[in-house]
Amino acid sequence: MKISLFIPCFIDQYYPGAGIGAVKILEKLGQEVVYPESQTCCGQPAFNSGYWDEARAVAETMLDAFRDADVVVGVSGSCGAMLKVFYPELFHGQPREAEAKALAEKTHEFSSFLVNVLEVGDLGASLPAKATFHDGCHGLRELGIKREPRELLRHVRGLELVEMGEAETCCGFGGTFSVKFPEISTAMGEVKCASILETGADLIISNDSSCLMQIQGLFDRQGNKIRSMHLAEVLANF
Amino acid sequence: MPAEAAQFHHDAERLTHDLRHRSLIQKALGGYYVKRDEQKAKYTSWQMARASAAAAKYEAVNHLDTYLLEFTAKLEARGTKVFWAADGAEAAAYIASVAREAEVKRIIKSKTMTGEEIHLGQALEKAGLEVVESDLGEFIVQLREEPPYHIVFPSMHLTRGEISETFEKMLGSAPADTPEELTMIARDVMRMKYCQADMGISGANFAVAETGHISITENEGNARLSTTLPKVLVSIVGIEKVVPKLDDLAVLLPMLATAGAGQNMTCYNTLLGGPREPGETDGPEEFHVVLLDNRRTALLADAEQRDALHCIRCGACLNVCPIFKNIGGHSYGTTYQGPIGSVITPHLRGLQSWKHLSFSSSLCGACSEACPVKIDLHHHLLQNRRNAIAQRPVWWEKPIFIGFAWFMRRPALYRMAAPMLRLGGPILHAIRGKFFDPARLWTGTRDLPPAPAQSFKEFWRARYAKR
Amino acid sequence: MPNDSREKILRRIREALSVTAPARHLAHGGDQAAGHPPQDWLPDVPESPDALVALFEKNSRDLKTDVRRCADPAAVAAELATLAREEGWKSVASHHFALGDDAMRSLGLPALLTDAPYEKAALERCDVGISGCDVLVAQTGGIVVTSASAGGRALSVLPPHHIVIATRRQLVGDLSDAFDAVRAAYGSIPSFLSFITGPSRTGDIERILVLGAHGPKKLTVLLLETP
Repeated sequence: MKISLFIPCFIDQYYPGAGIGAVKILEKLGQEVVYPESQTCCGQPAFNSGYWDEARAVAETMLDAFRDADVVVGVSGSCGAMLKVFYPELFHGQPREAEAKALAEKTHEFSSFLVNVLEVGDLGASLPAKATFHDGCHGLRELGIKREPRELLRHVRGLELVEMGEAETCCGFGGTFSVKFPEISTAMGEVKCASILETGADLIISNDSSCLMQIQGLFDRQGNKIRSMHLAEVLANF
Repeated sequence: MPAEAAQFHHDAERLTHDLRHRSLIQKALGGYYVKRDEQKAKYTSWQMARASAAAAKYEAVNHLDTYLLEFTAKLEARGTKVFWAADGAEAAAYIASVAREAEVKRIIKSKTMTGEEIHLGQALEKAGLEVVESDLGEFIVQLREEPPYHIVFPSMHLTRGEISETFEKMLGSAPADTPEELTMIARDVMRMKYCQADMGISGANFAVAETGHISITENEGNARLSTTLPKVLVSIVGIEKVVPKLDDLAVLLPMLATAGAGQNMTCYNTLLGGPREPGETDGPEEFHVVLLDNRRTALLADAEQRDALHCIRCGACLNVCPIFKNIGGHSYGTTYQGPIGSVITPHLRGLQSWKHLSFSSSLCGACSEACPVKIDLHHHLLQNRRNAIAQRPVWWEKPIFIGFAWFMRRPALYRMAAPMLRLGGPILHAIRGKFFDPARLWTGTRDLPPAPAQSFKEFWRARYAKR
Repeated sequence: MPNDSREKILRRIREALSVTAPARHLAHGGDQAAGHPPQDWLPDVPESPDALVALFEKNSRDLKTDVRRCADPAAVAAELATLAREEGWKSVASHHFALGDDAMRSLGLPALLTDAPYEKAALERCDVGISGCDVLVAQTGGIVVTSASAGGRALSVLPPHHIVIATRRQLVGDLSDAFDAVRAAYGSIPSFLSFITGPSRTGDIERILVLGAHGPKKLTVLLLETP
C-alpha cells in the first residue's frame, strides 16, 4: 500500500513541519510515502464563500493528483473534511462525481489513519512539556476525530496532557470567516486562549494548523511565550 | 451592503468588545451545560432518541397537507375555529376581528415566537387593545421596549439590577435585589391581569394531528393561566408545528426540556383541543387556532433545507453557538437568533438581505450536534451561501475567486509563491495592523506566522531529488 | 370574519412536497432507531410497583414537590389539617372527587367548589387548591390533570398552593403510559390535559431558579398507600 500525502496549501507555505513530521513518522513505520507534486489547494476558501464553480475548478486538480492513489493521508482536519465530506456534495450531479466519491472514500486524516488503519499507538516519541489539545471543529464534527490524537499523545514520554474547559469550542478561525468577521473571530479566539491559559500548559497541540495559526497569532500579539505544535510535529520527536 | 448586514456588523462589533456581556452570557449558560449533560446521560440512548424525534418530524413535515387537514378537522369537531393565515397581516387582521366581535379590551399573552415574528402584539396595540406579556422574561423586555434576546430566555442579557430599575421606573415598585423579590413583583402584577383579561393569546410548541390538540410547554404557569381564565383564546401556530401522533410527544416533550434547559421535563405541558365543553365550569368559551404560513411553504419547497422546519424551538443551538455567545441575541436583528435563525431567516425574510447571517459563522457544527431533531444546520449555512452567490455574486469577490482558481490550477506558478512570501514577510510584519497593511483584517488583532525557511514542496524536491 | 387562505396554503404545500427531501436522520446509525418504540430511548423506568413509587418520589422531590405517603384516608385528613394550621389557610378551593370529599369535610374550612360556576376573583383569593389527578408519572415525577379529574382548568394552577390527593394505583411509568391511561378512562383525550411537573418556576432572571413564578409556589402530593 502506497501512501499518497495530501499537504494543504497553508501547511505547504506556513507549517511545513506538520507535513515533514508526517513523512518521518510514516517512513519509520516502514510505509512507502509518495507526494503528488501537482496538488495545490483543496478549494475550501472558494467553497465556504459560496463560489462552488470556482471551488470545483480547483478541486479537480486534487481529483487529478490523487487519481491513482491507493490511500490519501492528509495532515489537516479541515482540508481532510473538504475531501472526505464535501467533495461528494461539491461534485453532486457533476461529470466527475464518481471520482470525487472515490477520493472521499480513500482519504484519511493523519491521526485517524495511524490509529484506525495502521493500528499504532506508541511511536517512541518523547517531548517533556505540559500540553493541552485543541480539537479542530472539522476534524471533530465532520470526521469524528476525538479519541485518536489523545491515544497517540498518551504514549509520548514526558508529555503531560491536560484538557482545557473549552477543548471542543471553536477557536474562531473558520477560514475566510476570520477576515470577513474579524471582530467575532477574535472574540472567539480570546475565549479559546483564556481557556488554554487556565490549564497552565506551555504547549498547545492540534491536528489543525489553521486553528493554531489563529490561536498562536493571538498569543503572539499578547506577547505570551506559549508555543504551539501540530500533532505530527510532536509525534515525530523520536 | 444591505442595511440589515450593516446593522449586524455594527452591533456585532460592539458586543464582541463588551467583556461584561461576554462574561454574563458565559455564566448564564455554564449551569445549563452541566444540567443538560447530566440529563442526557440518563437517557438509554440520547442519539437514538434524536433519530426517533427527527423521524417523527420528518414524517410530519413531508406529509404536511395530510396532517394539517387531520389536525383542523379534529379541532373543528370540538367547536374550535381554525383560520389559515397566508402571512402575518392576515393573521393579525383575523385576530383583531375576533377581538372586535367579542368586544375584547384587554389581552394577556403567553410566550409565542410566532407571534413575535409577525409583531402581533404591536398590531393589536395599534388596534387600540391593551396587550400584556405574561411570561416573566417577555414582560421584562416588553417594559424595556426591547426585543427578546433569546427564543427561550428573553432576558438572559439583563442583571437583577437592570431589571429592578426597569420595574421601579415602569411599575413604581420598590427597589429589589434578589431574583425572588423581582419575580414576586411581576407575579403580583400578573394575577389581576389574568383575571381581568378578555382574551388570551398563546403560541404552541406542537400541533397533534391524531387527536387535534395544540401542546404548550412552559415552566411558569403563565400559559396555563392565559389560556384558561379569559373568555376568548387565540393560539397562533406555525404550520410546521405538526406532529402525526400523540405518542410522538412522549419523546419530544422530554427532549425539548433536556435540550432547551437541561431539565427532565418542563413544569407545565398542556394539551388544548377545544373551548369549554358542556359540564366544564371554566376554560375559554371561544377557542381559535390560527395556522400561519408566512413563507414556511417557501422553506418547505427547498427540499435540501426542508428539515429546518423540524425545529422544535428548544434553543439548544443558540446555547452552544460561539457566535451567539459573543455577539448576543439582539445583534441578529430578527426574531429567530442563533444558528436556526441564521438558516431560516434568509428563507423567511429574503436571501440577499439576510445572507450575512449565514456567512457570519465559522461552520464549527456545534449546532447540528446539539439539535435534538438532527437538523443539518451548519451545512444549510453553506447551502445558503452557495444559493446567495449563485443568485448574485459579490462584484469584487467574483474576480478574486476566479483568479484564485486560475492560480491554483497552475502548480508551477503556485510553487513561486513560497519564495515571495519569504521576501515579503518581514515587510508585512513591519506594517502589521496599519491601515495600508493588505492583511490588516487579520493583523488588526493577530500576528501572522513567520514564513518558514522552506515550503513543504521545496523540502520534498530537495530531499527526494537526491534519490 | 375575513376569508382564510386554506386552499392557497395547501396548494403551496403540495407543490413543495412534489420534491422528496433527503432522510438524513437515518444516517450515522439513525435507521436503527426505527424498529423501536421511541420510549425505549428515554431514561429507564423500573417494572416493580415499589421501585416505580421510589422513582416518582425521587424525581418529584428533585423538583421541590412535597410528596407525603399516607397510610389511609385518616392520614390524608391529618396532613391537610397540619398544613391548614401551618400555612394559616382562610379559604380553600376544591371539587368533588372520591379521594377528596371526606378529607374536605374533616378540614371544615369554607370551600369554593369549582364543580359549579364560580368567580375567577374568588378563586384567586383562595390560599390553596385541593384536587385529584388522572395519573402520576414516575419517569418525570409529575402528575396529569384533566378538567374531570382536577376540578376544571384553573383550580390546579391559580391558588398559590396546589395539593393533589392520589393513590399508588394511579402511578404509571412514562408519558406514553399516561396517554394510554387517559384514553382508557375517557375514550379519547379531553379538550384540556396538563402534565404538571413540580411547582411553578422560572430561570428568567440571571438563570437563577425561583419558584412560584405565576403558577403555584408549592405542590404537595398526598400519596395514599391504599387502595
